[in-house]
Amino acid sequence: MFAMENYHRATDLNDAVRALAAHPEARVLAGGTDVLIRLREGDGAFAHLVDINGLDELRQIDMDTSGTIRIGALATCTRIIEHEIIRSHLPVIAASLATIGGPQIRNIATMGGNICNGAVSADSACALLILDTELVIQGPAGERTVPILGFHTGPGRTILRRDEILKYFLFRPGQYRGIGAAYCKYAMRSAMDIATIGCGAALRMEGDIITSLKLAFTVAAPTPVRCPRTEEAAAGRRLDEETLALLAGIVEDDVQPRTSWRAERDFRMHIIRTLVQRVTREAANQQGGN
Amino acid sequence: MQQLPITLRINGRAYSMDVDVRTSLLELLRGLGFTSVKEGCGVGECGACTVLVDGVAVDSCLYLAVWADKRAIRTVEGECADGRLSPVQEAYIEEGAVQCGFCTPGLVMTTTSFLEQRENTPLTREEIARGHAGNLCRCTGYQTIIRAVQRAADKQRRSGRR
Amino acid sequence: MSVGTAVIRKDARAKVTGKARYTDDQSMAGMLVARYVRSPVAHGLVREIDTSAALALPGVEAVFTYEHVPTTLFATAGHPYSLDPDHRDVADRLLLTGHVRYQGDEVAIVVARDELTAKRAAALVRVEYDELPVCTTPEAALAHGAPAIHEGGNILERTELTFGPPVAEAMEAADLQLDGHYNTPVVLHCHLENHTAFAYMDDNDHIVIVSSTQIPHICRRIVGQALDMEWSRIRVIKPHIGGGFGNKQDVVLEPMVAFLTLQLGGVPVRITLDREECLVATRTRHSQQVTVRAGLKRDGTITGIEMDITSNTGAYASHGHSIPMAAGSKFRHLYPRTAIRFTATTHYANIPAAGAMRAYGSPQLFFGLECLLDDAARSLGVDPVELRLHNVARAGEITTPDGGTRYAVAIARCLEQGRDAIGWQRKKKELQNQDGPVRRGLGVAAFSYGSGTYPACVEIAGCRLVLNQDGSVHMQIGATEIGQGSDTALAQMAARTLGIDYDRIHVVSQQDTDVTPFDTGAYASRQTYVAAPAVHEAAERLRQKILAACSGLTGTPARELELAEGRIIRAGEPAEEIMSLGELALSEYYHKERGGQLVAEVSAKTVTNAPSFGCTFVDLAVDIELCQVTIHKIINVHDAGRIIHPLSAAGQVHGGMAMAIGMALFEELLIDPAGGRICNGNLLDYKVPTCTDIPELDCAFVEEPDPTSPYGNKSLGEPPIISPAPAIRNGILDATGVAINELPMTPKLLFREFRKAGLLPG
Repeated sequence: MFAMENYHRATDLNDAVRALAAHPEARVLAGGTDVLIRLREGDGAFAHLVDINGLDELRQIDMDTSGTIRIGALATCTRIIEHEIIRSHLPVIAASLATIGGPQIRNIATMGGNICNGAVSADSACALLILDTELVIQGPAGERTVPILGFHTGPGRTILRRDEILKYFLFRPGQYRGIGAAYCKYAMRSAMDIATIGCGAALRMEGDIITSLKLAFTVAAPTPVRCPRTEEAAAGRRLDEETLALLAGIVEDDVQPRTSWRAERDFRMHIIRTLVQRVTREAANQQGGN
Repeated sequence: MQQLPITLRINGRAYSMDVDVRTSLLELLRGLGFTSVKEGCGVGECGACTVLVDGVAVDSCLYLAVWADKRAIRTVEGECADGRLSPVQEAYIEEGAVQCGFCTPGLVMTTTSFLEQRENTPLTREEIARGHAGNLCRCTGYQTIIRAVQRAADKQRRSGRR
Repeated sequence: MSVGTAVIRKDARAKVTGKARYTDDQSMAGMLVARYVRSPVAHGLVREIDTSAALALPGVEAVFTYEHVPTTLFATAGHPYSLDPDHRDVADRLLLTGHVRYQGDEVAIVVARDELTAKRAAALVRVEYDELPVCTTPEAALAHGAPAIHEGGNILERTELTFGPPVAEAMEAADLQLDGHYNTPVVLHCHLENHTAFAYMDDNDHIVIVSSTQIPHICRRIVGQALDMEWSRIRVIKPHIGGGFGNKQDVVLEPMVAFLTLQLGGVPVRITLDREECLVATRTRHSQQVTVRAGLKRDGTITGIEMDITSNTGAYASHGHSIPMAAGSKFRHLYPRTAIRFTATTHYANIPAAGAMRAYGSPQLFFGLECLLDDAARSLGVDPVELRLHNVARAGEITTPDGGTRYAVAIARCLEQGRDAIGWQRKKKELQNQDGPVRRGLGVAAFSYGSGTYPACVEIAGCRLVLNQDGSVHMQIGATEIGQGSDTALAQMAARTLGIDYDRIHVVSQQDTDVTPFDTGAYASRQTYVAAPAVHEAAERLRQKILAACSGLTGTPARELELAEGRIIRAGEPAEEIMSLGELALSEYYHKERGGQLVAEVSAKTVTNAPSFGCTFVDLAVDIELCQVTIHKIINVHDAGRIIHPLSAAGQVHGGMAMAIGMALFEELLIDPAGGRICNGNLLDYKVPTCTDIPELDCAFVEEPDPTSPYGNKSLGEPPIISPAPAIRNGILDATGVAINELPMTPKLLFREFRKAGLLPG
């Protein structure tokens, strides 16, 4: 038995938003792989729940004629990973979600939940950041669209107001077409783990010259981050060992990993420097894949 | 606490009841006598409580019972029809993949779903391992489990049976 | 011929169909549930405890605190009772305590009608502590002036063992003396079934306990001691058990559930630990510091070994000093021509209590020893396999205590077979002069172990065989099936000696101390070795009773009769079938004047202890930049005597290897030395390897039947976990030139060591 105090099963998105607005203590329950664990741990902050698990309107995965891809916040990781549109156009999203938990978790966990819980280690965050994904959010007063960059505001915190619900993710063709992208989750186990460091890179090349690099890290700062200094330094350079070594040096200015019992700062920084090189290289190998 | 009416099928049989919304699917199933569904951690880390919901493997400890409304649940009890073991169950026995047996029901269900979704596709060791990464086993080192999955896949290919 | 073949396990069908009932799968109407109130501080005295809010919660039946429990200290280790008071386990436990000694210690317990209420009530018990200084490490616990964790101080015991000639002279005679210091972490068992037990009374005098235990008969005695009741008034029932690995060779919940039912008028009361409790509030593997000094001649002969172990037993003694002592007495068989001096100190600390875990101290000891020998081989320029081959035990060198029988010894052949399987010589040449960020390496390590605890403890086993009306046989054994396959192996043995089909032996898998023949349980890799004589003798006696009965019925002299494949035949050419076993049984049961139920029961003590041996070979790659190790190939080769059930034997080896890989590369319980806070007491943060983390596991057996077992077998359950960790460490050394002297060899540790060695900038 989960120690719930209140439970509201939302009938649709508006009902869910209304319920959140009406109950100041209420939190959203989506796939449950985070919230139910906290509830079991006795975290009273999750005792009042608005359950949106049954809202099929938030599960769509589609592409419009302009090429904009939409992924509903409640689409499960497995469904996204296996979806033809995602495999063809957003393979780095599929690759990132495939590193989450194990099969059973991916079968119920949602990409919306992965982002909305504000986790610094969210496996989808790097891919969303390097694709400059947009988030469509529903609140009592209507809808708003925000970029993923800036969505996270601190450990466990996002810009979501407590009566807002993430509806879907938007991927614009200008962001995902013509890039090579890769994600590496560095963790202590190959599955069922949280990232020690996560790194994503999206690369545009002309010949062997980098025209643009987008680089993101998780667990490297209080929120998932992009690396503006490294990205700027990469533009216009030849992709070679020398450039990669240069980027590995610059990236230190873009991140602030910390020491915890899980890993020390020095170690995380070493992994960050190593991954900048390896993931950028891997992104280049992926180019032309879509 | 609030009760909600649900109707569901468990191993092909229909059930209707009111459930306390705080109940997990794990608790619901065990309470109905499906004690093959084991709680090893309660937080989705071990997979011992894996059941299939509409063919999809989930950790029943992290699944509200009310979510099972209008769905079909499968547990390992239902995989043995008329005293005949499923190819997956047979393969687990034949490869020696059963030791203490506590993780076995969950693993058998994971394998069942894994193979149903990959009929007649060749399987690498890595794919099998990734497909079973959500089930911890402390007895076998997974070696015989991976062999059992391969053997069950061979059986299914040969018999054409799902 | 059932022995030596992979017959279908007795419990396999029940387990794949979900029919196998474990402790929690049995419920009783009106069963109450209990939950401990645990200390958030690692060391302190309860100043004040207030249970009123918990008691006021609807659904709460009772709350007991440390002030309500018996004041008799008891010991929890699952050892047989000892007639020698000096050899008994340390009694340092109460059911609940007002002096908490680790984060998670038990100060009170609530009993409620359902789990949610119990959980809420436990949180409502308000406890205030006067905190005491915390010692988590040997340095802190053994420091002058350290706070006493138990009366009598923090040193539990300190002892010395010597074998062979004087070590000082042996060291003098060496060309090279080398020493090393090795650290092993706190490791957790992580059996999939958490600890669980319930108890009830069905009359006024007896308590029935159903428990997930490896040691039902020992459990009965300890509960009797803890509650000061006659042992015969406690009845322990062991159903199917979801793994133990030593953690259930300890009495953890049973005295408490017995106490609670006694207090509550005999109603059934259950305690099921949740995963987080089970990880930190049961038992762990001892963290040890191992210091080894070895003397070697230029040709690789090891002249002497001096070893000193400091073993951290945590908050309570549990198996305590037995752990280093058992390992210290077993390793000498590997290098029997070497002079050995072994010293060990066991101490308390404010961390979870350590107890028995698979291979009982040997993984820690051999990590030190086998790492040092590789370092020595490098210093001497001797091949590490050759160095071991030169020193390991040879056939005939190890005898029974009376000197009358030579145990089988085949370790050299194990090393040769493993060397060939891994392609040692060829790969060694290929792998010379590597550079670059990813480097390959080969590693080897060997071990020796025992088959049981004799002469340290009594080795007793019991078997009862009953001929059924249909000619099948029911077998009752005190030996406990804990997943290792002992029911199956013992049924194979009985079938073979009796001369009936394996399928005609029905094993009563559940032990019930009121009816099951006495056996102390599953531990020390003893079960098939120690139960074999009882099974053999009982089967032989039943066979003779059957033949005698047939002789009485038919007039044919018993000496002319044989039992084969369930039929009684008259020997000769051609053999003549006299009758089926079923026909004989019906007559024996139901003839109005003669016959009776044919039963044979034997209780046998084993006074031998066959050494078993083996080794690991590994081929691995180290990604220096990513600080990651990838195992390409790993093989264990075992000298475990005759293999009874090849599939189960391989299963034991795989499981041990995987657990060892966990210990080598992933697993450690992290405890903040400042305050004793446990950082990773859950399955997300304590890294049990998943399916994706374990490579293909190979194993092989060199089958040299041991003369001290009627079936030639010796131990195999625990040994596979001993040698993989040092082999992996030696492989990393071979690949990178960096000697890692600490476990687990996680990326974090490799980063530190590679940086120190200049392989990484920093």
